[in-house]
Amino acid sequence: MDAEAAKLIGAGLASIALVGAGVGIGIIFGNYLQGALRNPSAAPTQFANLLLGFALAEATGLFGLVVALIILFVF
Amino acid sequence: MPGAGEEGPHLPDPMHQFEIKRIFPFEVFGFDASFTNSALFMVIAATIITLFTLLAMRRGALVPGRLQSMAEISYEFVASMVRDNVGTEGMKYFPFVFTLFMFVLALNVLGLVPYSFTVTSHIIVTFALAAFIFIGVTLIGFWKHGIKFLKFFVPSGVPFVLLPLLVVIEVISYLTRPISLSVRLFANMMAGHTMLKVFGAFVVAMGLLGGWAALAFMVAFTGLELLVAFLQAYVFAILTCIYLNDALHMH
Repeated sequence: MDAEAAKLIGAGLASIALVGAGVGIGIIFGNYLQGALRNPSAAPTQFANLLLGFALAEATGLFGLVVALIILFVF
Repeated sequence: MPGAGEEGPHLPDPMHQFEIKRIFPFEVFGFDASFTNSALFMVIAATIITLFTLLAMRRGALVPGRLQSMAEISYEFVASMVRDNVGTEGMKYFPFVFTLFMFVLALNVLGLVPYSFTVTSHIIVTFALAAFIFIGVTLIGFWKHGIKFLKFFVPSGVPFVLLPLLVVIEVISYLTRPISLSVRLFANMMAGHTMLKVFGAFVVAMGLLGGWAALAFMVAFTGLELLVAFLQAYVFAILTCIYLNDALHMH
């Protein structure tokens, strides 16, 4: 196989990591809403944790994106 | 940058916006120490923060005006973050966390201005910040607890057989902290700006008839990017607080 084609395929494969980020963000917001609807008075106190969890989950997916970009632009 | 592309089927390179340009070429002992657009935007951010805090607190009125309220809210925001996560003895490090938060926030938000440069979209900048935090926090831990700080890597209440494995895992997870901290900020900013640029090129490519849909998308995404810019500065600061708490209180 051509090295250039293998590079593009590799970059595409690395982007699959974003699936995990999508699932994680969905779980975080879904569970927050579930908890918030059950106990609305406690919801605002956990808002900072929600944002922290969102950012942490999103970042892990973006690591995969960084790998894809490194494959595309560094090698 | 929205709409900064060129007309025609050839879409502009979305990575072009991250290019570092020399403004004043300058060399020290063979090292390239030029004043670049990256350095220029850092200076702008530092100037904005300094002017903002100085002008806002110039009068120090008992009943704050609009500008003073903004400064007080940002102060109180970071102060409560440090107090909640590190405790009152962590307030010693409040100036550092406040500076860090305001600097990263200013750089992130400045990058959203069209035709400007996003300093935090370069991993070397974020990694330098994260490495500084990592080294500083480790030194604080050793300075406060002495050699006992190494107990931080030995989780309590686990079977003795599992210890060698767990210690290795703990050490690795500790050592990856600066990498994850820096890559998180850098990847978020770079991915967001690349996405904005790609959609900006779509707006131009689809022309007057179809471009409106892409433009509406762009507006929504710019709003999201503003949220991400704030959120990443917040996460950067709060993770610094958590690391500080680990070093001061050890679990």
